Amino acid sequence: MTAPAAEPKLASRAPDVAFIFKKALISALVALVLFSLMIGIRTEAGPAGQLIYLTRFGELAAVVAAVFGGSIVVELLRQWWGPVGTIRIVPPSVQRTLAVARRAIAPVLLIFTFLVPVIFYDQRYILDLGILVLTYVMLGWGLNVVVGLAGLLDLGYVAFYAVGAYSYALLATNFGLSFWVCLPMAGILAAFWGVLLGFPVLRLRGDYLAIVTLAFGEIIRLVIINWQSLTGGPNGVSSIPRPSFFGIPLTPGDDGLAAKLGIEFSPTHRIVFLFYIILALALLTNWVTIRLRRLPIGRAWEALREDEVACRALGINTTTTKLTAFATGAMFGGFAGAFFATRQGFISPESFTFQESALVLAIVVLGGMGSQLGVALAALTMIGGFELFRGLDQYRMLVFGLAMVLLMIWRPRGLIGHRAPTVFLQHSQAISSDLVKEGHG
Amino acid sequence: MNGKSILTVDHLSMRFGGIVAVSDLSFDAERGKITALIGPNGAGKTTVFNCITGFYKPTLGAMRMTHLDGRAIQLERLNDFRISKLAKVARTFQNIRLFPGMTALENLMVAQHNALMLASGLTFLGLIGAPSWRTAEKRAIDLARLWLDRIGLIDRADDAAGNLPYGDQRRLEIARAMCTEPALLCLDEPAAGLNARESAALSELLLSIRTDHGTSILLIEHDMSVVMEISDHVVVMDYGVKIAEGTPQDIRDDPKVIAAYLGADEEEAIAVMESGT
Repeated sequence: MTAPAAEPKLASRAPDVAFIFKKALISALVALVLFSLMIGIRTEAGPAGQLIYLTRFGELAAVVAAVFGGSIVVELLRQWWGPVGTIRIVPPSVQRTLAVARRAIAPVLLIFTFLVPVIFYDQRYILDLGILVLTYVMLGWGLNVVVGLAGLLDLGYVAFYAVGAYSYALLATNFGLSFWVCLPMAGILAAFWGVLLGFPVLRLRGDYLAIVTLAFGEIIRLVIINWQSLTGGPNGVSSIPRPSFFGIPLTPGDDGLAAKLGIEFSPTHRIVFLFYIILALALLTNWVTIRLRRLPIGRAWEALREDEVACRALGINTTTTKLTAFATGAMFGGFAGAFFATRQGFISPESFTFQESALVLAIVVLGGMGSQLGVALAALTMIGGFELFRGLDQYRMLVFGLAMVLLMIWRPRGLIGHRAPTVFLQHSQAISSDLVKEGHG
Repeated sequence: MNGKSILTVDHLSMRFGGIVAVSDLSFDAERGKITALIGPNGAGKTTVFNCITGFYKPTLGAMRMTHLDGRAIQLERLNDFRISKLAKVARTFQNIRLFPGMTALENLMVAQHNALMLASGLTFLGLIGAPSWRTAEKRAIDLARLWLDRIGLIDRADDAAGNLPYGDQRRLEIARAMCTEPALLCLDEPAAGLNARESAALSELLLSIRTDHGTSILLIEHDMSVVMEISDHVVVMDYGVKIAEGTPQDIRDDPKVIAAYLGADEEEAIAVMESGT
């Protein structure tokens, strides 16, 4: 493995100047043609109502120059920091530092997450954002089982999120069951719906599977809107009970947790409590997924993603394998949904639109399919980053889109683009994303 | 139809629309022997394989798998993954179908799915890390290690299967099929694309599978040196029908077979043979 890799390293050490220059020139030319009418010439209504035009060649030149420069920068960056597995021009010392940083990133992130409520105790905004990010981390990890491991493209993941949320909301408001009783029930119900979705789509692959799951997400939302007698329709379900600490409510009253502990009540207690609940749920999802990957079922999921025909030849029941993937992913979505309901105290169909599915899928794809750390980083970037750009007002979407484009240039297979083996004899070595299939069904 | 045969193919026919790929084919594969299925391109060999391994449902005919304990299984009644799981028939593919993004070791672990699934208590025992699961997993790794050792890939156990050279991938696919612990191993052109040295190693591997493991082998092969060297019994097909059957020696001298391979009439073939000898 090392011998053949050494040779191209030397060959590609000097970036091909002529190639980069040519590419930048072509980009600039395209920009010139595109923008000459869009920016170069501006039409306006003249004083007598006739059409006059102004030329803005200065701006045009600036844009074309920006494209030219940008193209060179992008190409240089791409050569330096190519996808995992390709040869880089980054010096070995920097690479080593990066490797150490990469290994440290997961534990550091975990410790930091544990300390967030301590550090930002009096910053409600940060705590709320943390809870939001963790919810999406959990959803991403849940969907990762279906999309990343089993390679089944699911565009309707929000349906299970909704099933979980409504399960808790309805069970709690109608029967007065507590959060901790409803949480597993919400997961089981969501898993049940996952199997129900799984059955009709077993034979579908790729685009067809994506479309049917998309429709399933919409069906659930429309049923929730229209089944007024049960779900309250567009009005949603309100006054959903908050979770209690082993039966002790977090209220200002005499029987509240604060009074029992003899400390002064603060509404932040509940936020911190919720933060740790979602952190525990997310870590549970992560732990179970990591365990499952090393069990036969997890290996069968990944094998299914790699080659379904070969799986059948090895006696693997692809039907149950697919259904368990759907059910497991849906169950975690259901847990997250129940948490969402108890945190908000109010849910309505508007929270479960296709946009949520797309966002969670984007997190999984951006993170690198199948990578747990990648998904967590992607959720942090997508949700946290989006908040970070709030100061940029109308340019927020633009900056965000640009960041996504740049990321896809460097990391076409996501932030963490390689796959870690589930079992090894001598040493575990990451598998390049070029070899790992994305799945097609 | 005697007790010695492990697989009995009985009047098998397979039709795709108007095309008859296999027509009224009958043959036996003996237990503990290597049976070769040969014939020119398009003779219907792979179709027969796909019928036996459950990828196609035959139009007519029966295939019976007889196990050592006397259990007889009608293969045409099983489908899909059950052929491998219940009837213990394993197969490889003409164009290699490994899991390229998984390591060689993982490929062999996936092959032991059904045994490990039971050992992991349908995942639940495995999830809590029960000791019985741990020992089962260790045993599975040992079996995989044994096979990696036998095909000479123990040093590359942790490399992605897709990164292995072609010849190694071929052997790994055979090892993966053997990890399902089959009674009958079906190999679709195992020597295709191998050089002379690799084919010789492959012949050795197949002979040792037959002798040491008692696994019966059914193979499709174009490489006549491999077929003649290792087969105990050869079945020749052309245009979907069986044209000859017998020991490698019989087949070598059969004018019908030579005619089929040369694309000539039988008389011409006899003339060629007589002028040669």
